[in-house]
Amino acid sequence: MIYGNLKVRKLKDRLAYAIALLCVFAAAAPLISILLDVLVKGLPQFSMEFFTSELPSPGTGEPGGIGPAMIGSMYVIMIGSAIGIPIGIFSGIYVSEYGNNWFGRSVRFLTEVLSGLPSIVVGIFAFLLLVLGLGGPTAYAGGFALSIIMVPVVSRSTEESLKLVPNTIREASLALGVPRWKTTLKVVLSHGRAGIITGVILSIARIAGESAPLLLTVGWSPFVQTSLSEPISTMPVLIYLYGTSPYENWINVAWGTSAFLVIFILSLSIGVRLLTRGRFAYSRL
Amino acid sequence: METNELNAWFGSFQAIKNVSMKIRGNLTTAIIGPSGCGKSTLIRCLNRMHEVTPKARAKGRVLLDGEDIYSRDVDPVEIRRKVGMVFQKPNPFPTMSVFDNVAFGLRANGIRDEEFITKQVERSLRQAALWKEVEDNLDGCGAGISGGQQQRLCIARALAIEPEVVLMDEPCSALDPIATSKIEDLIFDLKERYTVIIVTHNMQQAARVADYTAFMYLGELIEYSKTKRIFENPEEELTEKYITGRFG
Ligand SMILES: Nc1ncnc2c1ncn2[C@@H]1O[C@H](COP(=O)(O)OP(=O)(O)OP(=O)(O)O)[C@@H](O)[C@H]1O
Ligand SMILES: [Mg+2]
Repeated sequence: MIYGNLKVRKLKDRLAYAIALLCVFAAAAPLISILLDVLVKGLPQFSMEFFTSELPSPGTGEPGGIGPAMIGSMYVIMIGSAIGIPIGIFSGIYVSEYGNNWFGRSVRFLTEVLSGLPSIVVGIFAFLLLVLGLGGPTAYAGGFALSIIMVPVVSRSTEESLKLVPNTIREASLALGVPRWKTTLKVVLSHGRAGIITGVILSIARIAGESAPLLLTVGWSPFVQTSLSEPISTMPVLIYLYGTSPYENWINVAWGTSAFLVIFILSLSIGVRLLTRGRFAYSRL
Repeated sequence: METNELNAWFGSFQAIKNVSMKIRGNLTTAIIGPSGCGKSTLIRCLNRMHEVTPKARAKGRVLLDGEDIYSRDVDPVEIRRKVGMVFQKPNPFPTMSVFDNVAFGLRANGIRDEEFITKQVERSLRQAALWKEVEDNLDGCGAGISGGQQQRLCIARALAIEPEVVLMDEPCSALDPIATSKIEDLIFDLKERYTVIIVTHNMQQAARVADYTAFMYLGELIEYSKTKRIFENPEEELTEKYITGRFG
């Protein structure tokens, strides 16, 4: 018998399949139960007031809202994007289009290192540089920290999507007497646009939930801030502070904020998947 | 146009060896030869597209209107405006409309006059024998037309910036006989205004469209003379063997 017992082989095959399935469940179960938990406890908090009102006083039983934290999060995301997206896109363009040299390879290696950096390290860097430097936590410092996390994500996705642009398209433009930089801007970029937009949206989703750098940089303020050089409240920090507090109304607000963040981030990722599906996705973006 | 002891390399591999040839203006010159003999490389040296390939370099002189295009103070971008190119595989810009494909070269070279651009686009599409087929679909996607139409679109795109010389690298290799004959008619018309250099694998095509024919082998120019002469009474044995299909 060279082939062994067929029945035993079938049994082994089934067993392997069962184990694989079990592992899938083991991986998915915590994720699903977290999602369910967050949604079940968080969704009931949603109301008009929840999204607009001031933060609640502790232990008063008043529901309160997360208005200031939403606005604060918007501030840091916008500052992070304003710094991180252009730098990320340009470094991605550089590496893909002009990076066939030691400098390009170093930039690429650096973004790789950067993308593996623990976010708490990014936070402490921004803390040492800007919080100590400017004399206190500010929205700026938080935005700066988030931008450091964004750059490698945007840069890599820009690079990857530009590398997919066929060379024949670049040559077509060059052969028309169009300079290299114009070819990059007008032909290569418009070709890789869908991929770049995808990367940008995913990078926003990535920083929307970042908490460690914000804990170190933005401080806290119960009010809506109009100045970016003041401490502000943000959603991740709110979840940390309120979720670990002893007050029931604060804990509820933390659940509601978690649910909102999860829905926000999920809809960004799912939206991107839907938009970029199919062969002609780039014509839709 | 004229090449003078032109050599070209990919890394350490020499693809073009000492090619010197005088290309007559307002005539069509065909370049024939077995696959890999350096035809594409040669014409890419004529508009300085060769150096776009990583590690590729060229040495020698290529004169255009008496000026060496490889001299230090010449901007390759300027040369490419004067020496247009149509590639072997149709490569329209897929993110642009038919109209924008043809207008691209003008706009990217700083022309803003939309009226002029519209006129030029129509003229080029007519010259490329494509106008009637796309007239009602100028806003359609440049990649959404047939392969033969795409190739004529690429020809129109090259003509729109009014080059002096048009290089064509096997422009018909992806086309059916009908589209091929349209492009051959077009090449015939083109020589009124342009100097045309065409690479082809199809000997009948060379015989039909070209006034002069060059035969290349292993990077060297073996023979170059009037098409009739090359096909009827070649001087070199290699040429004769190639033309009669007894190559091996
Ligand atoms: N990018 C490249 N890198 C290295 N070598 C190359 C490259 N392109 C072409 N070559 C080599 O240069 C030589 C000439 O190539 P070329 O493309 O000019 O041939 P060709 O005559 O156009 O052939 P074909 O008829 O198949 O298109 C070939 O031996 C080829 O292997
Ligand atoms: Mg070739």
